[in-house]
Amino acid sequence: MNTRPESAAPARAASFARRALQHRSFVLGALLSGLLLAAALLSFAWTPGSAYEMDMEAALQGAGGLHWLGTDAFGRDVAAQILIGARASIAVGLIAVGLGMALGVLLGLIAAACRGWVEEILMRLADFTFAFPALLSAIMLTAVFGAGMVNAIIAIGIFNIPTFARITRASANAIWARDYVLAARACGKSRTAITLQHVLPNIASVLVVQATIQFALAILAEAALSYLGLGTQPPQPSWGRMLSEAQTLMFQAPLLAVWPGVAIALSVLGLNLLGDGLRDLLDPRLARER
Amino acid sequence: MPLLEVSNLSIQLQTRRGPAQAVRDVSFTLERGATLGLIGESGCGKSLTALALMGLLPEHAQVKGSMRLDGQELLGLSERRWCALRGNRLSMVFQEPMSALNPVHSIGRQVAEPLRLHLGLSRDQARARATELLERVGIAQAAQRLDDYPHQFSGGQRQRIMIAMALACGPDLLVADEPTTALDVTVQQRILDLLQELVAEHSMALVLISHDLGVIAQNVEQLLVMYGGSVVESGMTEAVFARRAHPYTRRLFAARPQLGAPARQHLPTIAGTVPELVDIPPGCPFAGRCGYTKEYCYVERPQPRMLQVPSLPAPASLASWRQPHVVRCLRDEAIAAGESA
Repeated sequence: MNTRPESAAPARAASFARRALQHRSFVLGALLSGLLLAAALLSFAWTPGSAYEMDMEAALQGAGGLHWLGTDAFGRDVAAQILIGARASIAVGLIAVGLGMALGVLLGLIAAACRGWVEEILMRLADFTFAFPALLSAIMLTAVFGAGMVNAIIAIGIFNIPTFARITRASANAIWARDYVLAARACGKSRTAITLQHVLPNIASVLVVQATIQFALAILAEAALSYLGLGTQPPQPSWGRMLSEAQTLMFQAPLLAVWPGVAIALSVLGLNLLGDGLRDLLDPRLARER
Repeated sequence: MPLLEVSNLSIQLQTRRGPAQAVRDVSFTLERGATLGLIGESGCGKSLTALALMGLLPEHAQVKGSMRLDGQELLGLSERRWCALRGNRLSMVFQEPMSALNPVHSIGRQVAEPLRLHLGLSRDQARARATELLERVGIAQAAQRLDDYPHQFSGGQRQRIMIAMALACGPDLLVADEPTTALDVTVQQRILDLLQELVAEHSMALVLISHDLGVIAQNVEQLLVMYGGSVVESGMTEAVFARRAHPYTRRLFAARPQLGAPARQHLPTIAGTVPELVDIPPGCPFAGRCGYTKEYCYVERPQPRMLQVPSLPAPASLASWRQPHVVRCLRDEAIAAGESA
């Protein structure tokens, strides 16, 4: 009944690429996310000016000229700070989401595999952490253990755990109810083997999509913490801190607040669009229709 | 010692509406190489009985009674011991070949898995054995198709792949839960023939579950007719088919479409629906739908009663020779007498 392509995998990859290029929000999201990554990578090799050296004579210059986006109150180049600030955003996003995902997925898989009281306890714990507003709790954690990027990452990561645990458990439970899991159990496979070979591969796409969305939220959280002075510490540039420094100069140099704001907004928008696009593209039902 | 001895197996499920007695007092014995059919409508407990045999009941299910494999009690085994039995000595083929294969793994890998798990074969050995198995169940060019994925196969082919998986380790007992229901009629017979051949080849015992009398008639030596969680009639297939002692068995036969029946003639149906398992009456489960019901049928639970078996042609295998013909009905004698009078 099915036509059989000679080599299934490359054909599938090609069809995936074709569908991806036709998906508008995926393309836009991928471009914006790529821009964020490119900015961070570029900052290691080259920046338009210095993000660290103060030059009081060149303070508060407007955009254009030698300093593309102007300079801040200390004469540091804003464009350079934006580029280097992308590093902090990506580092926090990657590590915090990685931490939250690793632990959250593990707990979610355990809950789905064990059911019963194990599931009940793990999920009530997740509910418990959910009851605290994540950002407030992150502020509390950084206030107690000291401000800094590492603590900000840990705080944001911890609040990613219940999100991933919940979504993993819900999707894993759906897979556990499938016939092929029953068939695998009828072959004598243990719960661990079924979790690794059957459940995880089948929920991977859901997790990837969730990861991009959590990545965007982590960038926002990092900006918020840095804005409050609890995240990335000076002199390391960060978008959040640039915003808070620009706040005092709102009337002299309004554009100073606009640049980091635009950077944050575009990154978050890009990652969200990427997540939406991936969700559509990885959905096997949609994939089969076309 | 029989291969499998099930006695008074009862399964109680927790439902939203309270506990439901889904299977009540099912007993049977199965010798090596014997074939047994379970027949009944949806919801009569036949699939649950099959899952119980594999130790795959949902966790909230309460199981009572006893199931012995070669004398070893299966109920209460640890999950680890069950895992060692499943796929190795006990195997199962499912109803829906479309959904019983994992879409993300190649079929070669799925067939090879029980081999690696239970027999400890290396990747290459398991692959070679998987090729043989797939060839045996009739997958053409099996060696070239090992790396294909389930969606590249037709329904009948997938069911063949499922059978190859189930047979991989040479089980003693194969449970087939409606293995042909989801397939085209033309494919059904070939799959059943294949099962039949393999059962004979490996001298496995087969439990075949079906709601299709035709499937049962041709493929099993003994038969359990289930209704509302109870076995209402059991015995050698020929004996049950010839006598149809329980009114439910009769109605089931009457509702079967027959070739050569006058056109436009309505097929008789069994009025009413299967009772909800939560509120099965204390008496005979079929009382509400049976044409011969008396008041005491609603109250008194019929006990199994052995019938005289008239001389029958010798069964295909001696393994099931001694199965008596048993019926659970309060009025079967009266009904039989009424008809002959």
